[in-house]
Amino acid sequence: MSLFKKKKPLSEYSTGELILFRFGKNKLAIIGVAMLSFVTIMIIIAPIIRPYNMVIKQDIIHKLNGPSMAHIFGTDELGRDLLARILYGGRISLFCSLAIIGIAFVAGALIGGTAGFFGGKVDTILMRFVDMLMSVPSALLAMAIITALGNGVWKLVMALAIGQIPRFARMVRSSVLTLRNMEYVEAAKCFGSSSMQIILKHILPNGIGPIVVSATLTLGSVILSISSMGYLGLGVASPTPEWGTIISENKVNIQYFPYLGIIPGICIMLTVMSINFIGDGLRDAFDPKSKK
Amino acid sequence: MAKLLEIKDLNVRYHTDDSIVYAVNNLSLSLEHGEKLGLVGETGAGKTTLALSILQLLPNKVGKIESGSIKYDGEELIGQGEGYMLGLRGRRISMIFQDPMTSLNPTQTVGDQVLEVLRLHFPQLTKEEKDAKVDEILQLVGIPASRKNEYPHQFSGGMKQRVVIAMALIAEPELLLADEPTTALDVTIQAQIMELMRRLKDKFNTAVILITHDLGVVAEFCDKVSVVYAGRVVEHGTVEQIFEAKEKHPYTMGLINCIPDLSKDEERLKPIPGRMVDPRIIPTGCCFADRCPHCMEICKKQPPEIHDLDGHLIMCHLFDAENGGKA
Repeated sequence: MSLFKKKKPLSEYSTGELILFRFGKNKLAIIGVAMLSFVTIMIIIAPIIRPYNMVIKQDIIHKLNGPSMAHIFGTDELGRDLLARILYGGRISLFCSLAIIGIAFVAGALIGGTAGFFGGKVDTILMRFVDMLMSVPSALLAMAIITALGNGVWKLVMALAIGQIPRFARMVRSSVLTLRNMEYVEAAKCFGSSSMQIILKHILPNGIGPIVVSATLTLGSVILSISSMGYLGLGVASPTPEWGTIISENKVNIQYFPYLGIIPGICIMLTVMSINFIGDGLRDAFDPKSKK
Repeated sequence: MAKLLEIKDLNVRYHTDDSIVYAVNNLSLSLEHGEKLGLVGETGAGKTTLALSILQLLPNKVGKIESGSIKYDGEELIGQGEGYMLGLRGRRISMIFQDPMTSLNPTQTVGDQVLEVLRLHFPQLTKEEKDAKVDEILQLVGIPASRKNEYPHQFSGGMKQRVVIAMALIAEPELLLADEPTTALDVTIQAQIMELMRRLKDKFNTAVILITHDLGVVAEFCDKVSVVYAGRVVEHGTVEQIFEAKEKHPYTMGLINCIPDLSKDEERLKPIPGRMVDPRIIPTGCCFADRCPHCMEICKKQPPEIHDLDGHLIMCHLFDAENGGKA
């Protein structure tokens, strides 16, 4: 399965097209893209499938009904439609976790990249700041930040993103430290490239692979930490649905009504898996030596 | 016409945590437009440091030019801002590195990497003009244009070095610093690359500083030779003067004796005894005194003067007047 038919010889493609081309040849990556797009589209068109009031409308008579035509995913202990809750919950779970990873990735890359590239005092100051963040357990840190800023989805995103910055900063810094001493970086300097050009053209493309993969692997744990914040009443509070919250509010009934855990669990799993596939595909696509 | 490059009394130091390394000491050098100069010396003699000093690319905070002057085309380079140097590097002075395996970015196609240099220095050209120029220079260095969208790992060592040469020459610089361009290549490829450099040098009239420890390459390629020892030029002259004149610095003599001569039946090579003087100390006398077969009392006490024998410069006490000049 290849996204791009070879219309012209390989030599006439630009680097960007070649990366897309290699990405397109990777079957798992394409499956990942398909799965993630499916989930995203469903979440976006949720109002067409289920009106929002079904998320909170309680119907005690039909509580804990298994999957049926009326309720494809069944209902929870308050008789709320699980499909509606998952669709609208996905808005928070998916978009917030992507935003958290995105913010942490960019901030971490900036901090770690600057520290690694310039070294010396800049490095010391930035990395001590990162150490400071790291010395506080990330859940505690997020709680402190939310308490200080107040409740709200965006505040939750900021709080959790800050907790993820250190891992990205450390990772980017160490990879920049090795890359900046490569001879091609030295050569680029000799040909008149400025620091910015060197970072964008030489350090970023060579160092990004493993970091992207690690970012996608972090995503699963971020979805869960959003829910654990919700469980503590911080960030997203009940009855606003969110995948992690859905699982935790149903945990007493999971033993006898397993679909309540399995269905949202599968949603989380598929999303995390599809993003991991995409991450792997991206890493291979960035590396011209990959055979896939 | 002004000299293309004029280095006067250059001193470069590396400041490490616990000591100072005297990498280049009172080194003077000059180069005419289109001239080919060989810079010969053993590992650690300061040859690469010299090249990096010209480009102002010494390792940040560690390497420092203490004193001296580097004039390029009449303009002083030391103290110039980064902006000025960015316009100079790659455009007017280029450098080729020793190991082509690592001097290309593995994630970019070779065509893009050559194009990059053009983009940096000629942003005004249209995309078609740039592409045409890239094709032309690749053709010149012997790479079919059809291979320009391949990645460095698809090229052999010799082909990679051709790409590096294409990158170095595409902006048609006046000066090319070639830092051991053939050391990492095998002998047949070495000959091809040197031939290529000679051809391109003539085409663009580029001056070349060839940094090497291969005297054979120097004899074939260069007009003039500077022999560098412990960060000093100990002998300078034309190729004929260095290889054929009777007057030689004992170090040069030693270097030449290290080349195996196939016409003679000898059991062993004659290496220069001992090691290069510790670059962290400044010897009171001649820096070569410890290893010199002709070492005299004065050599250990007083640094030698430079003696000028018809443009053939030798820094050695053997040629002092009180020693009868020996010449």
